[in-house]
Amino acid sequence: MKIRAILLNLAVALIALVVLFPLVWMVSVSFMATGEAATFPPPLWPKVWTLEHYRDLFLNQGMGRYLWNSFALATLATILALGFTVPAGYAFAKLKFKGRERLFQFLVAALVVPAQIGTLPLFLMLKGMGLVNTYAGALVPWLASIFGLFLVRQYALSIPDEMLEAARIDGAGEGQIFRRVVLPTLQPIIVTLGLFVFLGSWNDFLWPLIILTDQSNYTLPVALASLSREHVQDVEMMMAGAVVTVAPVLILFLALQRYYIRGMLAGSVKG
Amino acid sequence: MTVADPTLTKAGTRDRPSRGRGARERAAWAFVAPAMLAIGLFFAIPVIAALLLSLTDFDIYALANLDNLRFVGLQNYERLLTNPLFWGAMKNTLTFAVLGVPLSIAASLAAAVILNARVVKWRPIWRVMFFAPYVTTLVATAVVWRYLLHTRYGVINWGLTSLGLPAVDWLGDPSTSIPAILMFVVWKIFGYNMLIFLAVLQTVPDDLYEAARIDGAGPWKQFRHVTLPAIAPTMLLVSIISVASFFQLFAEPYVMTQGGPAQSTVTVLYFMYEEGFKWWNLGSASAVAFVLFLCILAITLVQLAVAKRVGAYQ
Repeated sequence: MKIRAILLNLAVALIALVVLFPLVWMVSVSFMATGEAATFPPPLWPKVWTLEHYRDLFLNQGMGRYLWNSFALATLATILALGFTVPAGYAFAKLKFKGRERLFQFLVAALVVPAQIGTLPLFLMLKGMGLVNTYAGALVPWLASIFGLFLVRQYALSIPDEMLEAARIDGAGEGQIFRRVVLPTLQPIIVTLGLFVFLGSWNDFLWPLIILTDQSNYTLPVALASLSREHVQDVEMMMAGAVVTVAPVLILFLALQRYYIRGMLAGSVKG
Repeated sequence: MTVADPTLTKAGTRDRPSRGRGARERAAWAFVAPAMLAIGLFFAIPVIAALLLSLTDFDIYALANLDNLRFVGLQNYERLLTNPLFWGAMKNTLTFAVLGVPLSIAASLAAAVILNARVVKWRPIWRVMFFAPYVTTLVATAVVWRYLLHTRYGVINWGLTSLGLPAVDWLGDPSTSIPAILMFVVWKIFGYNMLIFLAVLQTVPDDLYEAARIDGAGPWKQFRHVTLPAIAPTMLLVSIISVASFFQLFAEPYVMTQGGPAQSTVTVLYFMYEEGFKWWNLGSASAVAFVLFLCILAITLVQLAVAKRVGAYQ
């Protein structure tokens, strides 16, 4: 029994090493002097710690601009996605209206369609509307989140009808009920969905790559991909760029991991 | 609703059944309408338009002037099916999926079974830590892994040579480029399915393991006869989702290999991107998107059918 415990703990330590090493290495190399990482054997720790690559990124490579774009887009996407999906998810769960079942079946069927299929026509549509290379164009896909709608609906189903009925008898309108009764109960799932959208928008690559054509509008992933093509040899600078890109979402996730994991399990186990 | 007299409104609210239902119906529509409008406009219409677009020769000339647009029937599909580059992309994508799905699920399951053991210390911390790569920005960690896999200065080859093994030209050799990218992908995503497996494993009562142990079952037999049956339905769900996600690989080859070497990591989605946004053959790129969708749909249906049959035997 003792041996089994030791072996299992050893296995966990080994997995932890594999999982953490790339991230730790990324941070470590980002503080190395230029060219230090391109030696053999690969150094694991900087000889002299330097901030030169971060300085270079922000002063010469426009990193501040990309950081701002990513932050602004992720924040706007979160606000918009919540504004569109939370009321709809609640209505699908708790309010009866004509055509609800049929609409719901349509949404379930739509879940199997990968969003990438519509990418090309959507691009043409937005081009016609003059939204290519704008924040608005980059935000559009986040408005139409069927997944988010299902997530909210699933959670809202657990709101007791008596609670809503009681508010109605007290003379509250549907809008008031939504604001005063429903929103506070939905608070955990709102945090979860908001977190999903923020991280999703921050990490998204294909759509911003297509729709944001001008360098000044690039988000961090798009900028990093283009930098990494120009600066293949500058390992240290690329690692600093990777740190700037990854750190905000990693910290946000660690701070709110409870919400993330609970929502993820609710969304996937239930399907 | 032109009532101005306050007493009448009061009476109106008391008259609940008829007025309340109408108001509720209107409110429901007001809640649902924005989302449905957005889904219709930015999801449903583009998907249908993609089908139509795939039947046209929409290219860079049509982009400049719509008069150049012609309906070509199934020509895009015919041309795709005779295009060796497209078949190469299909083959690469299938290779990614055939190797990647079992590999990633095995990694997730192994990690979940290990973390589920009570003797492991600090389990909540490991759980979050193993999941963390999943939320990192794909492009950024792909850049990191490109350097870890570097032939001369990469840490992975350093490890290999220290063990006396030959260095591998991971991303530069067509025969190792897919396994190299898969190492990165498995590292990044295994935590997701691990959490799902863990959640299911925690619902298996300890008594079952206890009973198996009393019957003399070793760790392998316990896994085979207690753990595996308990997670079988989840395994199916997870593998369906995994297949779909492996069919949508794009950023990994874009960042790590740019489809190379020798086209060995061009995936279907990468092929679609180049066809559509590099060469501006939007008609033919839409056809690629539809073929991709049909593949995912077909595999999902097959998996569901297999699951039904297996379920019927049990």
